[in-house]
Parts: sequence; structure tokens; C-alpha cells
Amino acid sequence: MGAAVIEAPRAPGRVGAAIGDSAGGRAAPRQPQAWRAASAAALRRLLPWLVPLAVLALWQLSAQAGWLSTRVLPAPSAVARAAWELALSGELWRHLVVSTGRAFLGFAIGGGLGLLLGLLTGSQRWAETALDTTLQMLRNIPPLALIPLVILWFGIDETAKLFLVALGVFFPVYLNTFHGIRGVDRDLIEMARSYGLRGGALYRRVILPGATASILVGLRFSLGLMWVLLIVAETISAQSGIGYMTMNAREFLQTDVVLVGILIYALLGKLADVAAQALERAWLRWHPGYQT
Amino acid sequence: MMSVTEIDILADAQDSQPAALPAEADAPLPPLARRNLAGPRDAAAGGEAVTLAGLGKSFGERQVLRGVDLRVEAGEFVAVIGRSGCGKSTLLRLLAGLDQPSAGTLAAGEASATRFMFQEARLLPWAKVVDNVALGLDGEDARERALRALAQVGLADRAGEWPARLSGGQRQRVALARALVHAPKLLLLDEPLGALDALTRIDMQRLIESLWTRHGFTALLVTHDVAEAVALADRVLLIEDGRLALDLRIDLPRPRRRDAAFAALEQRLLDRVLSAPDREPETPPDHAAVPVPAPMLRWAV
Repeated sequence: MGAAVIEAPRAPGRVGAAIGDSAGGRAAPRQPQAWRAASAAALRRLLPWLVPLAVLALWQLSAQAGWLSTRVLPAPSAVARAAWELALSGELWRHLVVSTGRAFLGFAIGGGLGLLLGLLTGSQRWAETALDTTLQMLRNIPPLALIPLVILWFGIDETAKLFLVALGVFFPVYLNTFHGIRGVDRDLIEMARSYGLRGGALYRRVILPGATASILVGLRFSLGLMWVLLIVAETISAQSGIGYMTMNAREFLQTDVVLVGILIYALLGKLADVAAQALERAWLRWHPGYQT
Repeated sequence: MMSVTEIDILADAQDSQPAALPAEADAPLPPLARRNLAGPRDAAAGGEAVTLAGLGKSFGERQVLRGVDLRVEAGEFVAVIGRSGCGKSTLLRLLAGLDQPSAGTLAAGEASATRFMFQEARLLPWAKVVDNVALGLDGEDARERALRALAQVGLADRAGEWPARLSGGQRQRVALARALVHAPKLLLLDEPLGALDALTRIDMQRLIESLWTRHGFTALLVTHDVAEAVALADRVLLIEDGRLALDLRIDLPRPRRRDAAFAALEQRLLDRVLSAPDREPETPPDHAAVPVPAPMLRWAV
């Protein structure tokens, strides 16, 4: 809006000074066009947010009007207030730190193992022969199906949660690393060998960079899975963490706190994805598909 | 000036000596043609001779090369032509140590002094141009040497770019710089210009010739372009059915102009290459009875 008000008087001076009145007359219709183009661009950026905002407004309205019971769905403002209070009391941060710590420790263990084994089976035939069939069999067991067994093995303490997360993230990283290594251009490897590259140098300069795109796909999959598994693990049994906070709130019918927990998971998932994308942009700068 | 050498490869491979081979000269004779070009030479560089004796290669049942005897003098530029699938690329891969021969012996100097230029540039897409050139180089000055090599192929200003940003011809120039930075004594070129457009090709031929003149390495160029062979080589070899069928010395002065002598030579080579399949059905049944036309007799297998 403001742009149009400022633009309008400036236009005739800019064009009309040289060409005269008739040009000013011609410039006039161009002005709304430029404004329309700018507003169209703004609209395009706003459009994806229109539906969520409308839903939020409707939600707030129905909660205030009493159409929605606060036990079913408290107003967004109530959720925001709950989040604010939890943040002020420090409870939110304590749970957040615990959950994030679990997620990343589990991810480091599972993802690290997946990467190592994927590199091994990808580059050594004997390792593939020895391990791949076994791993492919295990891959088809949903990690969550192991929960009863995990509880029997590890009880309900930290190890059980770490095990579930690690197991879940292991396979996407493993599979994509394996296929990434196998997919490295044979011609490039032949070239590098003929230029005297062997062993570690060949790995560092050719094989690993060639497999990076695929490994990062595995990483993104894993980061998504990581939160899902952690949520489940924390809701089963925990004394801390976002999942615990949510389950605890359910006991006391604090629906607003439950919603805060759910929103935080959504936020953490998005953050993990953004981080993975940033890694892709940094490590795949050479790739025409990632150049901006 | 030109001389035509005949090789009778129907004769026992062990006995036959390529007639082109100068009778064990004390000092490796620089090719005549090169003396026409006065250019500064890099002190460290130089060529290495290549000797093949009874070289053969088969992949399973299929014999790709058989009984190839060849001596390439140090610093010589040899072009290998032939129809696709005749085994010319296999010969180069054997020389590079990328494949192992099934028969015969091969002496081509150290692997570290041999560099191979592939049909495709084969640049690492995740390494900047300069890092591609520095591939396999050690030491503090690796980057500087790479930059110098890039400057020699006229691409110093593209050192910091990703290979994906370069054109096909530029990529092959980077590949050439990558080979030259190692100061090879033997440079093997496997149709490196095959995918380039005609003008870029001529540019590249001139570049390769000038770098060869300057560094003095031995060069073996596999090509299916007869004109390219005549433009660049001291000797043109024709491979047919895995055998060395022709060894032709090209004594045109350098830099070569595409004049009448050039065209005549190119035509003769082309005729010879193209004549092979027509002849095949007639020759085997009654080899003695059918009189072979005179021009074919001169180069006859």
C-alpha cells in the first residue's frame, strides 16, 4: 500500500520531464501495473500462510465463543500462555535439553554405525557377502515392534530409548551409504587410480564425495525418524523429556501443555530438516542441482 | 615428403621387425618434423620409448589384439587409427596399465611417468578446477604447479570454478592440464577430442601439438579422425582386427597446413581404412588366385 502512494507522484517527473505530457499520460497506466506486480509477488509469498492463519483464527474464535471445550482443544492463546509459563519456569528447557540429548546421542550411535557399515559393505565385496543379507532381513522389522523386547532387555531407562532411536536411524543411513558408494562413477575411480590415488586418498578425494549426495538423503530420512522414535520411546516410559511432559500433562488433563509438546516436536522436526538442508547446500555446492 | 612402411603381420610375430624402426640408433632420434619448430623445452620433461612385442589381449573368447609389435621412439607423436572396435583403445589401456595383456611383453616406462587422457574429461565434479588439476600431486607447491598447468591451457582464470560450469572443450583442456602437471614422459590420448565441435577440435589439436613440442613427451593418440592423425602425428598406425596393419610416417612440416599434400595423405589413409571391409569377403577363399589391386598390395596385410 505504502509503495503505491510514494510511487505515484514520482512517476510523471521521471518519465514526463523528457518526453512531455503525452508520455506522462502513457506512463500513468504503467504505474498500477508495477504496483500490481509487486503486490502479486507479496501475495504469492503470503498465500501459503493464509490457510494456517485462517484455521488459527477460526480455532481462537470457536474457543472463545465456547463452541470448543478447552479440554478438547484450548484456544491458541491458552497454548501460547502455557508455553510461556513453561518456558519461564524453566521446565520446558529442562525437558527440551533431555529430549534433544537423547535424540542426538541415539542418532550419533545409530547413524555412525550405519555410516561405517555402509562404507564397509559398499566398498568391500566380502563384507557385503557376509553382512548385507542379515542387515536386509533386520531392516524389515519395524523398530517399534521391538518395544516389548527392548523393555525386557533394557528395562525402561535411558538405554531402551537410545536403543530404539539408534536402531531406527541405522537403516536409512546404512542403505543410502551403501548405495552411494556403489553408485560412484567407476570411470572417475579408474581415472583417479591411473593418477596414482590409492587407499585413503582415493576414498577421501573420490569415493566419499561421490557418495555424499546419497548419504545426505539417508541423513534426512533418519532425522525425521529420529524424532518419531523418540516421541514413542518417551511416551512409553520416561521421567523427563518432552514426551514425559506431554504424558504427564495428559494425566492432569492439561490439554494446553499437551499441545505445547506436540508443537515443539513439530518445531524440532522442522529444525532438523533445515539443518540437513543446510548440510546439503554446504557439501553439494558443486552439484548443479544445488546451485542457486 | 612421406614414406610408406609395410608390415607383414601374417608372418611370424616373433621374427618380424617393424620396418619403421630405425636400426638401433645410439641416441634416440628426434623426429624430423619437430626440428621445424623451435620452441623452449621444459628441462625436466622428455619422452620415453615404448616397445611392444607380440602383444595380445583377449576378453574371454574374443581376441581384441594379437601379435602387436611396435617400437615408438622417445618424443615421437604416434596416432593410432582404425574402425571402432578394432582394438585401438585397448592398446592404449594396456600401455596405461589399466588392463593387463594376455600375451606378449610391453615396456613403457614407469606408471608414474605415464598419463592417460580419456574420451571424456572425467573431472571430479566436487573439486574446483584447480584441485582437479592438482589431483595426485604432492607437496607444498601442488596448487601453484596446477595453476601453471592451467595457464598453459589458457584456463588460469577459471581455476576457482566448478567443472559443471565449463564447456566440453574447456573440460578437456582441464583434463589436459591435469595430465601435463605430472610432466609425463608418455602421454596416452584416447580420442579426447571426439566429442568436441570442429573448431574447438582444431584449437585443441594446436594446443596439444604446441605442448608436445614444448615438453617433448612421447604421445600416443587414438583417434577415428584421419585428418586429426595426419595433422598431429609423426607416424600413423592403422589397427585392423586387432593387428597392426599399417605404419605410415608423416613427414609434413609443422605446423601443418591443410594443403594439397596433407589432403592427399589424408585421402590415401581414408581409402586404406575404408577398403578393409570390402576386401574381406574376397580374400579368404582364394587368397592366391585373385590378383590384389596394386594400391592395396602396397599396404596389404
